[in-house]
Amino acid sequence: MSRPRGPTRLSKPYPGSRIEILNDASLRSEGRRPTELRAPTFEVVPGGADSADGSASASMGLTSVRVEVFGPREGRSRAQTLHDRASVNVEVVWVAFGEAGRRRRGRGDRRVAELTSSLRDTFQPAILTALYPRAQIDIHVHILAHDGALLSTCINATSLALLSAGVPMRDLVAAVTAGVHGSTVLCDLTALEEADMPSATVAVLPRSGKVALVGMETRLHVERFGEMFDVARRAAGVLCAEMRAVARGRAREILDAMDSGPAVLREGENDSGAVMVEE
Amino acid sequence: MRPPSPSINEKEFLFASLEQALRIDGRALFEQREPELVFGDELGSVECSLGKTRVLAIVEGKMIRPNSDRPFEGTITIHSEISPMASVEYESGRPSEEEGMLSRMLDKVIRRSDVVDKEALCVRAGERVWHIRLTIHCLADAGNLIDCACMAGVVALKHFRRPEVEIVGDEVTIHPPESRAPVPLTLRHLPFVLTFAYFSRGAVLPSAASTASDTIIALLDPNLLEQRLSSGTLALALNAQRELCVVQKAGGVPLEPGEVTRAIEIAVPRAKQLEAFVEARVKDDWERRRVEVR
Repeated sequence: MSRPRGPTRLSKPYPGSRIEILNDASLRSEGRRPTELRAPTFEVVPGGADSADGSASASMGLTSVRVEVFGPREGRSRAQTLHDRASVNVEVVWVAFGEAGRRRRGRGDRRVAELTSSLRDTFQPAILTALYPRAQIDIHVHILAHDGALLSTCINATSLALLSAGVPMRDLVAAVTAGVHGSTVLCDLTALEEADMPSATVAVLPRSGKVALVGMETRLHVERFGEMFDVARRAAGVLCAEMRAVARGRAREILDAMDSGPAVLREGENDSGAVMVEE
Repeated sequence: MRPPSPSINEKEFLFASLEQALRIDGRALFEQREPELVFGDELGSVECSLGKTRVLAIVEGKMIRPNSDRPFEGTITIHSEISPMASVEYESGRPSEEEGMLSRMLDKVIRRSDVVDKEALCVRAGERVWHIRLTIHCLADAGNLIDCACMAGVVALKHFRRPEVEIVGDEVTIHPPESRAPVPLTLRHLPFVLTFAYFSRGAVLPSAASTASDTIIALLDPNLLEQRLSSGTLALALNAQRELCVVQKAGGVPLEPGEVTRAIEIAVPRAKQLEAFVEARVKDDWERRRVEVR
């Protein structure tokens, strides 16, 4: 087996592994190009009578997260209610089974606590909390499978769940995890790639392009960070377009159902002068 | 007990001053408080203060049996606590949210970015390695505990020296500091945390229709009042070699991407200055000790 030479460094995640991060043809281990995202699956699930006000699930490749939103509703505990705005509570449950890490992660786990506080701090300014004083918005996040880019998938799923619940927000929040391998920026990392290179999660509000969250925990040179930051922001904008399309599809379903009466939901039928969903 | 929120007068005063680029304690917008380091008698004990914020860091080492997963590496544990002495809002026994954030930040800055070379802590592979324990006590909180605590931790690690160990065949002899000079830890780099606080009128006094063109004012190293009234923070941990170790902007007011770049540009030279300062102080202290022994 000849060693491939070239500008991209061959790198092994752990000794004895034959998985290369980036091969000669600049393709990643799954055949993706460096700035290619995994095919996202966004689903906005309708909330029923007894269940959540809004619910959505997001998968990026094998990472899968489901979020349910309750609220805005009456504040439960006096200590948490704010007199002039709604309080946002986030709870993360790590349901993933059969993961490489053997231990189960409880609530007090460091990663879970970090995820919880990042999500809460990201959505608190994005939701128009001033409209609901003394109310409470509960966000329950269930992590079903984890293969890298966990925080970004959680953020995307939460945005859609809040949309599904009808919670007024300034803008959707879209997030992407990016990394740098040598001098190439890679978007949307898998768990294997995340373990092997410096990576950062960037969440943006696509309409204004402003940054809602930046998180990096690995050492990286300042210039490389700048490049990675730019690419991640653009990727998040692209992802947001996907999320909007899904949201519009859901709105279309609802409109069709309204047109045709309570019992029938017609799919794929032409709208006869129904109101177009505008951005 | 949660301290009362700042009064409306204080809020208005702060915002009006910031709009004129004035800070209440007279600093420039991007001026960090001068750090002061006071070394204790023991090697590895240092009290760091940024203005009135004070943190004590203590490093201790002992030899233990290594983990079977990693027989060639020493271990390092970080224990941090904010005692009620720091401020009225912290209660003993119940870990507050700030404590959680502090402990996660310390973990990211010191453990995850591999400040201490763990392989250099190995004495006999599989049998004996050094276990370094860093304890952080927050003594006074006058804003920006995180920056102060991380600096204290890093300086304590730099200041600490472990006894020299000699291995002859199967025997391991630990030489007390009186007979052989103790050996400093091998540190890969010295990260410093710089926290920027952002202020936006629309976010603090919330209204349903807050304009997107709200100007955002940034400053470095917030004191207590500024921290309570800020609408968002960005913490950057970087070293003098222009490497970022941690970037943390978790929520808070959304920022233009240019703001993040600007913060990095301001932080890079400051990190170099801080490293020069710390190196000089640690060297001075070591010289002082050597003279006394002779």
